[in-house]
Amino acid sequence: MIDLQALPELPPYGMAREEKRAFLARELGELTRFHGESCPEYGRLLAALGAQPGQTDDLASLPFLPVRLFKEFSLKSVPDEVLARTMTSSGTTGQQVSRIYLDRETSALQSKVLSRIMGDFLGKQRLPMVILDSPAVVKNRAMFSARGAGILGFSMFGRDKIYALDENMQLDTEGLKAFLEKHEGEDIFLFGFTFMIWLYFVKELRRTGYRPDLSRGVLVHGGGWKKLADQHISTGAFKQALQETCGLTRVHNYYGMVEQTGSIYVECECGHLHAPVWSDVTIRRPEDFSVADTGEKGLVQVASVLPRSYPGHILLTEDEGRVLGEDDCPCGRKGKYFEILGRIQRAEVRGCSDTYEQRR
Amino acid sequence: MTNMEKYVKAFSEALEVPESDVAGLVYGKSEAWDSVGHMTLVAALEDAFDIMIDMDDIIDLSSFEKGKEILKKYDVEL
Repeated sequence: MIDLQALPELPPYGMAREEKRAFLARELGELTRFHGESCPEYGRLLAALGAQPGQTDDLASLPFLPVRLFKEFSLKSVPDEVLARTMTSSGTTGQQVSRIYLDRETSALQSKVLSRIMGDFLGKQRLPMVILDSPAVVKNRAMFSARGAGILGFSMFGRDKIYALDENMQLDTEGLKAFLEKHEGEDIFLFGFTFMIWLYFVKELRRTGYRPDLSRGVLVHGGGWKKLADQHISTGAFKQALQETCGLTRVHNYYGMVEQTGSIYVECECGHLHAPVWSDVTIRRPEDFSVADTGEKGLVQVASVLPRSYPGHILLTEDEGRVLGEDDCPCGRKGKYFEILGRIQRAEVRGCSDTYEQRR
Repeated sequence: MTNMEKYVKAFSEALEVPESDVAGLVYGKSEAWDSVGHMTLVAALEDAFDIMIDMDDIIDLSSFEKGKEILKKYDVEL
């Protein structure tokens, strides 16, 4: 496998199709073998599937795990003594949670890779940062939601941070005004969760008529579209509303999940989600799990070369999507680009933005 | 206050640990120094020494000892 020091240093969007296929086949094949030997449950699953783990030329033939197995089983590939933390996605009451076991190595890889991906969109400088959420979300250290974990993870890329909402989710207009005055003429990094931004920021700006000038802002947002889709808000309407209310034009959605933290998929200037060098998407047909063609809808399989402490390197999600192309997005980034269309029917309802981190 | 005193104070206040206990601290190994504490610590060090720490150094800041090495890059002698 590639040296762990060298792995995060790869250019995030610089590897073309043939080279990337060979790279992923080698890394993911090795990870399959490693996890098969190190995680007894995963090893039994490989045996039951008749899989012959190891290096392969055929990426699509590598076995995938349904993402919900992390709710039903405790899957780890390292001894408990070296675990640094457990990430937990928590659904609403009554649902089971995913447990993702991280050692320091995997955790550090996740941070480094996330910083490389974000650097591609934000630049090297840490920008003044507005968190479009409430500080209450990160107050309870013992148990905070994925909102809290996301905010902390992305806080690394900002400086001189403020929360735009107060403890009661009310927009802090005075605080925001003072911040923008202080950082006039500078680029600003904004981060938040899609639905919260819509509900507590965009709608509030519309209601009050306050029009902050965020034309130098870069917004990164995630957490899924389900709640906005329920209100019939499209991505186009979301972006247009941001431009109208605060002049924000650089808006980047991201797709990611607690089971593969770090190697996330960020939306480019053309509105496409991009797979960075560390990860890949494959669309599978739900009826027989065969690989769908470009443009064909199906189940989203995500692969990441980061998971070392748990066998989560190739996962079949419950999301529906389609690949739009590879290496030829007008934005210039290499790798597959795709879109997410929603959750498949009958999938267990879960939100990826509701996790909390539990220290061991 | 000497730089070393400022350094100890930043750790102690950000991570809510008595000054006498900061020396052996390692990220992820103690209750106090989790990811919340980490960003608080970064902000405290930046304020104390009026510097801006690079992203890579934030990630590398993994222990009380490692932090000393990192601060050298910013011309902070402890």
